[in-house]
Amino acid sequence: MKKNRASRTGKGGAQTALFEEAPAENTKKEKKTTVRAATAANLRVTKKKRPAKVAKLRGTAKQREISVSEFFSKNRHLLGFDNPSKALLTTVKEAVDNSLDACEEAGILPVIHVLIEPLADDRFRVTVKDNGPGIDRKEVPRVFGSLLYGSKFHRLRQSRGQQGIGISAAGMYGQLTTGKPVIVVSRCGSKKPAQRFSILLDTRTNLPVITANDEVEWDQPHGTSIEIELEASYKGGRHSVDGYLWQVALANPHVELHYRPPKGDPVDIERATKEMPVEAREIKPHPRGVELGQLMKMLKETKARNLSGFLTRDFSRVSSRVAAEILEGAKLKPTMSPTRAHRDAAEVLYRAIQRTKIMNPPTNCLSPIGDAHLAKSLESRHEPAFVCAVSRPPAVYRGNPFLIEAALAYGGPSFEADAPARLYRLANRVPLQYQKSACAITKSVIDVAWKGYGVHQSRGALPAAPMAILVHIASVWVPFTSESKEAIASYPEITKEIRLAIQECGRKLGAHIRRRRRLADAEKKKSYIEKYIPHIGLALQEILGLTDKKRATTESRLREILEKSRKM
Amino acid sequence: MATRRKTKNDGDILGRIRAEAGNVDVKINKGVKPSMKFPVRSLQNVAYQPKKGYFEIKGRMKERTLTVNTVKTFAQTLRMMSFSKELVETDDIATKREAYYVSKNWAEARFAEQPESDTVMEDVEALFGVNREQLGFIPEEKGGDVAGKLVVIDVDPSTGKELRIDCTKFGSGAYSIPISVEQLKFETEAKFILVIETAGMFQRLVKHSYWKKANCILVSMGGVPTRACRRFIRRLADIKKIPVYVFVDGDPYGFMNIYRTLKVGSGNAAHLNEYFCVPQARFLGITPQDITDYELPTHPLKEVDIKRAKDALKNDPFVLHHKPWQRALKQMVKMGVRAEQQALAKHGLNYVIDEYLPRKIAKAAQFLP
Repeated sequence: MKKNRASRTGKGGAQTALFEEAPAENTKKEKKTTVRAATAANLRVTKKKRPAKVAKLRGTAKQREISVSEFFSKNRHLLGFDNPSKALLTTVKEAVDNSLDACEEAGILPVIHVLIEPLADDRFRVTVKDNGPGIDRKEVPRVFGSLLYGSKFHRLRQSRGQQGIGISAAGMYGQLTTGKPVIVVSRCGSKKPAQRFSILLDTRTNLPVITANDEVEWDQPHGTSIEIELEASYKGGRHSVDGYLWQVALANPHVELHYRPPKGDPVDIERATKEMPVEAREIKPHPRGVELGQLMKMLKETKARNLSGFLTRDFSRVSSRVAAEILEGAKLKPTMSPTRAHRDAAEVLYRAIQRTKIMNPPTNCLSPIGDAHLAKSLESRHEPAFVCAVSRPPAVYRGNPFLIEAALAYGGPSFEADAPARLYRLANRVPLQYQKSACAITKSVIDVAWKGYGVHQSRGALPAAPMAILVHIASVWVPFTSESKEAIASYPEITKEIRLAIQECGRKLGAHIRRRRRLADAEKKKSYIEKYIPHIGLALQEILGLTDKKRATTESRLREILEKSRKM
Repeated sequence: MATRRKTKNDGDILGRIRAEAGNVDVKINKGVKPSMKFPVRSLQNVAYQPKKGYFEIKGRMKERTLTVNTVKTFAQTLRMMSFSKELVETDDIATKREAYYVSKNWAEARFAEQPESDTVMEDVEALFGVNREQLGFIPEEKGGDVAGKLVVIDVDPSTGKELRIDCTKFGSGAYSIPISVEQLKFETEAKFILVIETAGMFQRLVKHSYWKKANCILVSMGGVPTRACRRFIRRLADIKKIPVYVFVDGDPYGFMNIYRTLKVGSGNAAHLNEYFCVPQARFLGITPQDITDYELPTHPLKEVDIKRAKDALKNDPFVLHHKPWQRALKQMVKMGVRAEQQALAKHGLNYVIDEYLPRKIAKAAQFLP
């Protein structure tokens, strides 16, 4: 598991070495680090064996002077902590994402409490509590205390988090700005006691340091609560935590959310449906989605004895026939041992894969929100005059399956008439808040010719209309432009699907707007007729010297004629 | 409002207004959508008749049926007809602007701007095929100025006595053409009528008594000639059998909008061209060739000038009939420049009197048609 995890850290091969090839023990370092000794002691107090993995992790630090945590503590903007108000949002976001993923995996309808308490002008305490399955006692320190530890990074399945750096980075940010540890309470069932931990992270070694661990009374049978104190600033409104949580509810109609902001009224959002999202399956990588470096690593690590077995066993959509075709194209023997395939052979194999026709990856690894749910979500949020939603069939970019959903709400009291449309961007059910203009979703929405649907649009801008547009991308691997996961990269396959989804919504909206205009026109014309008929009557009376009675007859006859023609 | 003379036409007009309105009323009461037929007022609906010498209206009609979309214009047209009937009955007149203000009493049917009321008025005029003066409407603008060897015989409106107006005796001023010219009589020995576009050039010729030297009548149009001005020149030239020379700016506007309208009429009032045209008019200048011959200072043609010239070459029945005009317009477009009458001042202020006009008039046979 860990091997895999390290394989795609994205920060280059050096890091791979960091995790994998580190010797398991190094006495010199161990003696030096007293903090770590304390950790060990702490764990011993609770009479549990420390997992062997920790030792291995600890050893890694000695290989290199800079640890991952250290790197990120110096580059915290990469993770979305570049300013105080964004730090607050990112912290809430990471915690909520984790809670939702945990609940979904365990098949529990999530109930999430978010509490933000102001401690000083620039200091807040964020508490996020869920009713998830809880985290095993042994895992807690690492989940919340070390960067790049996670169960999601290496596997190909749709989930909110994917890199395993989010929540621990939030904890680290808190620690850096306030010096306070992260407090975690977790309980795995009514028969087990709730455990309370105080965790600090050693940024140089990427290791959790437990400063306190005790059993506590807790009011719910299972779940996890995390408490982080941090330097931040709170702003209300659409671009802050408030707006984010509303969008979480939009993207997750099955969630029940309770939010206590630092000032203002508490927010309680009921769930719009009791239906759990479809469980996403895990898939093996598709040959087309694998790059040369990764292919080499897979060759090295595979348990298969020959190339043919390697291809059919470790990839999706490769039958023995397809494998034979690939190997024939690469002019490699099917019986060749994968471990002996050196760099040149790997490259030949890589090229052969690109040339061979391979079926698209399976799409049951995706869990769309569903057009009906999206429409319902937008309806309960905005009470619009018109709402529509579209789910596109799954498509593939670079061997990764993905699926686009779009929804559109138009009219109603919650919109301003000529303001730009509100755009909700969602990726794997997570709202994206920042870097709007860099995002493929925004670009695609702008590229659609809205005028054709009866909506105003200035060149290069979002359409200006009383409406909200929601676009959701579900994928096993969402291509973000940066680690802070704020904008989707513009792969042509993705922008095309987004465009098609929005255009379909646009066409429905156009029909609605036209229908509405027709009705308004008819109404206007009726009053128009009423306005001018008396003038015709009057003029005829003046010219022909009609009596008032005759004039009235003429007017009413004329009214009949025009009413009849209007209906036709 | 001034009063106007009753004519034998009036009864006829009233009858036609009543007939049209009666037709509308009958149709409505039969449950049929009423409609009125108007001649199409555009260059597309005129044909140039070289023998008659003017644009004659072709038969194209547009039918305005009363529908939801036309109900406003229809109501306005009827109210305008009603107003006209009132004017004719009470022997009164209203200017176009006054008619526009009267409409302000019509509540929702009022006109927002005067061009709207002018259009409806012109529709009514065309509907009955009459001059708007016959409907009681008179234009705002004055008819034009006259100076030179001419005696106009008019009638004193208060006494009904004959009045002799000697156009040589206005000093540095001029006689003003009245709105209605039908009753005027003329006495003259002049050799030709010189019709001038700009008041500035007219002033110069009056100031230096050019009419004395050349033995002629000077008329200033002040831009596009009014109907009264066109009718005045037409009657004078017809009755006294003297030629008419036209002196305008050397640009497409001077050629088409001023000269062509004076000579053969316009598309807009095509039903009246028969009376409001001067078929004997000839074009003295400024021609595109003059620009070269007299080395005149020029301005580049504006985009609208080029458009106007190309439009005329393509659609104007008058230009399509006269090859020399096609050549002149093409020459101007090719040169890409225009020249004003007053550009002649480059060679000295009185060059136009001493050199240009005498040289031109000596070769009157070569004038553009």
